Parts: sequence; C-alpha cells; structure tokens
Amino acid sequence: MSGTDAVEDVRRRVAELLAAHDPATTDRLEFLRARYDAGLAWVHFPPGHGGLGYPRELQEVVDAELAAAGAPDNDPQGNFIGLGMAAPTILAYGTEEQKKRYLRPLWTGEEIWCQLFSEPGAGSDLAGLATRAVREGDDWIVNGQKVWTSSAHRADFGILVARTDPDQPKHRGLTYFLCDMHDPGVEVRALRQITGEAEFNEVFLTDVRIPDSQRLGEVGEGWRVATTTLNTERVAIGGTPTPREGGMIGVVAQTWRDNPERRRPELHDELLQLWVESEVARLTGMRLRQKLAAGQAGPEGATTKLTFARLNQALSGLELELLEDEGLCYDDWSFVRPERVNFTGREAGYRYLRSKGNSIEGGTSEILRNIVAERVLGLPAEPRTDKDIPWKELPR
Amino acid sequence: MSELDLLYTEVEEDLRGSVRSLLTDRCPPDAVAAMYDGDRSVVDTLWRAVAGELGLAGLLVPEAQGGSGASAREAAVVLEELGRFVAPVPFLTSSVIATTVLLDSDSELLRQLASGERTAALAVPFSTAPDTVVPVVRADGGRLHGEVGKVAGAIEADVLLVPVVSDDGWTVYATSEATVTPVTSLDMSRQVADVRFDGVAAEPVVTDALQAVRRALRAGAALLASEQYGVASWCLHTTVEYLRQRRQFGRIVGSFQALKHRLADLYAGTESAAAAARYAAAALAADDPDLPVAAAVAQSYCGDLAVRAAEEALQLHGGIGMTWEHPVHLYLKRAKADQIGLGTPGRHRAALAELVDLPA
Repeated sequence: MSGTDAVEDVRRRVAELLAAHDPATTDRLEFLRARYDAGLAWVHFPPGHGGLGYPRELQEVVDAELAAAGAPDNDPQGNFIGLGMAAPTILAYGTEEQKKRYLRPLWTGEEIWCQLFSEPGAGSDLAGLATRAVREGDDWIVNGQKVWTSSAHRADFGILVARTDPDQPKHRGLTYFLCDMHDPGVEVRALRQITGEAEFNEVFLTDVRIPDSQRLGEVGEGWRVATTTLNTERVAIGGTPTPREGGMIGVVAQTWRDNPERRRPELHDELLQLWVESEVARLTGMRLRQKLAAGQAGPEGATTKLTFARLNQALSGLELELLEDEGLCYDDWSFVRPERVNFTGREAGYRYLRSKGNSIEGGTSEILRNIVAERVLGLPAEPRTDKDIPWKELPR
Repeated sequence: MSELDLLYTEVEEDLRGSVRSLLTDRCPPDAVAAMYDGDRSVVDTLWRAVAGELGLAGLLVPEAQGGSGASAREAAVVLEELGRFVAPVPFLTSSVIATTVLLDSDSELLRQLASGERTAALAVPFSTAPDTVVPVVRADGGRLHGEVGKVAGAIEADVLLVPVVSDDGWTVYATSEATVTPVTSLDMSRQVADVRFDGVAAEPVVTDALQAVRRALRAGAALLASEQYGVASWCLHTTVEYLRQRRQFGRIVGSFQALKHRLADLYAGTESAAAAARYAAAALAADDPDLPVAAAVAQSYCGDLAVRAAEEALQLHGGIGMTWEHPVHLYLKRAKADQIGLGTPGRHRAALAELVDLPA
C-alpha cells in the first residue's frame, strides 16, 4: 500500500471509530479499548496488537484527528515506562499469549508498568546484577533488591532482569521476566533524593513467585532482551525540536533580564558563553533530526545527552550565583512523590540539585563517553577482566 | 518560516570531492611548513589551481558578472576543505570578503576577481569584528594616506580595497600601489602584513559603503566558522587514527579511558561546531534575518573549539606533536590565528549581548 493510501486508510478508521464511539458520550476506558482494537493505538504495531503495521509517523495523523474530535488520550506520561520500554520489548520477544494479555491494558493505562533493572550493586555494570531467580516447578522464586524504580508504587507490573545461572559469565546467566507488583513478596519504599522529594523507589523482592508463563524470551537470553529495552530508551530521549532559549537557558536568561540590579560582569560572559553553547546544542539537535529524516542516521546522537547534562548543571549553578542572597533560599524540602521531573515549576535551588542527576540517570556521562569513543570513533575497549569468568567467581 | 537546511546537497559533496582531491595532490603539509622558512612557492600554483582550474574564485559572484552564481553554502564547503589542509590560498580574503564588498558594484574589478585574474583584500586588520570596523585611512583628491596593520590576504593581493570615511560618508577605494610589508606571523599559512598608503593613487569603487563593508566582514565571519570546523575535524580524526595505532604499556593508547573521554568530548564539540558553522552558512546563503546571531554564535563557538581541537591534538600526540616534522603545529597556529581573526569569541559574545537582549 502506498503512503497516501495508508493515510486515507488511517483517516477512514479514525472516522469509523468516532462514528461508533462518540467521545462525548462514551466512557473513557471503553473508548480507549475500542481505539486499541481499531489498530489506532500505535499504528506501527502489528494488526491485532493495537496497530496496523504502518509507518510510525502516521501516528501523528491519528493523534491530531482524535485530539481535534475531543477524544480522551491514554495519559502517556502516566505510564511512560510501560509505553516507552515494556511494550516494544514485549512486542519483540513476547509469545502471542503474552502480547494478547499485556499490551492492551498497558496501552489503555489500566495496568501501569515499572522497570526493575538497576540494583545497589549494579548501576553502570547492569549485567553484573545479583537478583536471583530459581526455578521451582512451573514458577520462578525471585530474591533481591532493585533501585531507581520510577512509578513502582503505582505499578501493576515490572519488567525484571534476574540471574538464573550464576555459573555462567555475567551476560549469559540472565533471564527477563514480567513481575506482578501485587505479589506479597514485593515491597516498595520511596527513595528520597537530595531535592527532598522522591521520584523513585527501592523495591525489595522476597520469595516473589513468578509463573514461567511470565518469562519474556528464553532462559539465559535476558541480556539481549534487556538491550532491546535500553535501546528504545535511547531512541525516546532527545528527539523533539526546541525553540531558541528553550529549556534551562531560557529560565536563566529571563532571570538576567528581570534583575538588572543583580548583573555582574564576570557572570555576564559566563551567561553569554552558556547561551552560545545552548544555541549550538539546539542547532546540533536540529542537524541530527534533519539527518534522521534524510535517512543519514548516524551515532552522533549519543552526544546529545552528554551536552544536555553539562549545560543543565552549569546553567543551574550560574542561576544561584546570579540570584545571590535569593540563591540562599530553597522552595520546599518536603518529602513529596512527584509524577515527573518539573524543572520550570520549581525554583532555582531545586533546578541546581535535580540537574546533578542528569549526568547519572539513563547512562552516566562516563559510560556515554565510552560508548562514543568505542562505537563512534572506533577506539578499542578497555581490557575486560570479567567477561569470561563465571559470575559467581567475580570479586564483589 | 521554514527551517534552514544544515545538511550537504549532492552538488556540495561533489564540490568537496574535487577540492579535496586537488588539495591532496598539491597542498602537502611540508609545503605549508616551508612557508615558515620563507618558501612561499606553494601559494601561487595552488591559488591558480583553486581559482582557475576549479573556478572557485567566482563562487559567490552572479553568472551575469562572470561568476558561477553559487551560494555561501558552497563557499562554506570549500572553506571546510581548505581548513582540513591549512591551505595557504586567499579564498577567504579575496573570494569571500573582498568580493562581497564589491557584490553590488557591478565593477570590472568584480569580474576580474571572479575569474581569478586579479586577487584583492580588504585593508582592515584581520582581527576586525563585523560591527567594529573603523576606517583609519584618509583620502585626499584621489590619493590615500595612512597605515593599516596586520592585514590578511594583502601579500597575495594585486589590489587593496580601502575603506575611507569623509564628509560624504563611507567610500571604498581600490589601489594597487600600497606598500605591503609582510609581518613574521603566528600563522605563516595566512601571513598578515602591515600596509602603508603614502599618497598613492586610488579609485573609488563603492560609495555609501558602510553596509557593504560590514556585510563583507559578516560574511567572512560566518564562513570562517567552516574553515575552523575543517581544522577541528582534521585534528580530531588525525588524533583518533594515531591513538588507534600507538602502543604504550603493551596496550593501544586509545584504549585508555582518560584519553577516550577527552576524544569523546572533542567529538561532541566538533559535531556541534559543524552544526553552528552550517547554520551560519545557510543563514548567509538565504540572507536570513537571523544571520547576525548565526554568525556571532558560530564565531564564538567555532573559534574556541578549533583551538581546543588543535591543543588536544598536540597533547594527545605526545612528543611527536611537539616536533616541526608533524603537521599538527600548522593547525594549532591556524586555529589560534583564526580565533583572533574577524573578531575574537569574546567580541562576538559582546555583539550577541545586544542582539539577544542580554545586556551587561
């Protein structure tokens, strides 16, 4: 089918959906389920699983038409791990039954997902993780501790990587599971951050029972499955066009303009340098998007997050200095549970502290530099001492 | 307003291919290094090839005036390659800056510059930022008096374009009779000269010339960023190649994280410089209202980045990088001179402060 035919087909299906389920009078959940069944949830997914097998770009057509008709959305921010990470992985590795069971309630938001990957002893070295899963009949018994888990306190399921064979080298003894967060062995504790709030959780897993039917991929194949999840995470970061002075630089530039009495020469050149770097980062993103659109997708995107983290940290630090005595204040230390990071809704002290995490979360800047050096520039990897040794024999 | 295109067209890539192939043959690093010992023989033959054989002198000149009617986007690609080879040709000073001064003049001189028959330079210090140009030469009955120091492209030029302010406003005069004294320069591949006008005969070529002069310097600044990107790109890639071969402590040196991280950061910076330079070239080509910001951003960023790239390249090469024999010093000298050329990064940031409403 040609591109135009696909657009027409999508438009026709949207019209049919709206005719059969008037958003004004239909229950929200009922509408979302009907939308999924019509293949209009994520059109690049296959038919039968909320899609039509069309190019991903056509989703914009669907979303725009449905929004214009006043249709409800599935609150994508409320289930960003489910939509962004769990769903593509389930699609890639799930059995037919698993796709049927999990994808629809995931998309409609009836079931919220979280990610059980990082551990206190396995951050950058994720493949070294220690949470154990031991086979018992048709089930697996899981014990261990996970950390930095967004949404765990609201989640119904978690994508989980656990060690099923400690006798294998670390990458080979892992298996990927879909973990029921309502199991009595799952305990979720808020993890308070330096900002005072808790965006994340610690998750303690004690004799959690997971049926083998909730294993995703083969036993021992967990690293490969997890890599799929992590790659979709990188695709999700940093692709949208930003206007000039979008983001942190806009906040600081406005503070400068609003406070002529606080301006000092040494901060002026620093601000201008960061303004230039922010503008160049914006142009670099624009060039990258143009390359992607032209099919010249390269590995350059790996640097986007490096730059983003550095600029956020430098700018938020500058902002406090600029505010001088006001910079001694902090808006709110209370232990709250925000649903998402809110850089502009909070004050300067919060921005300064929260941005420290930008060079740690989603791949530390140090690991990203390794990736750029090895995969983009072709430099050799550091010698590895842990690659072919059974996991249980590694020093810890 | 549609977004400016930051990629290269096929035509631009073809142009790059022919410039690169010519420079590979005729601009070896030892010929450039020889300029520091007084042997400038590479300049004439190389410039004849670039201007004549490839016909690049007239890139920015409309076809009706004897040029090829291309745009700043193509000129930027040429400058990227000239930067990669630290090529000692007066393309920037004659085919970009001097040519842009004359673009609206429809003069015979413009045709001669376009064909490569003559070469010109704007007689202002190379360090002049676009909005800070101040004429220092006086005109008196068609005769010029005064001195201008540290002019780039003057040694290669047959004719100098001289801005003069009088009661009638700005006028640009052309003269071939100035006294040009070469200065021993930090960058001998773009050697500067002191220029003296002792009552020499000159002809007015552009009247009401303030905008023409500023426009020319802004075009120069916008496109110098592409040369700086070319310099940085050579430094990065040469250093990566070297660190993939060099062994110490029984290991490929490029496998040490301390070095890999520096190269990863330099890669991020070089890609950013490419975007900034490309945006400035595209804005210039489209005569976009954002050009003043685009040029100031590109100069502020690429000027510093090229210096950083050359300094990192030297350091990461270790001892060999400190030798006369290895070409990295040619790039360091060019990068540092380019950083000062057409306004230091600090001067461009000062201009930006006005342009984007971030006053001191």
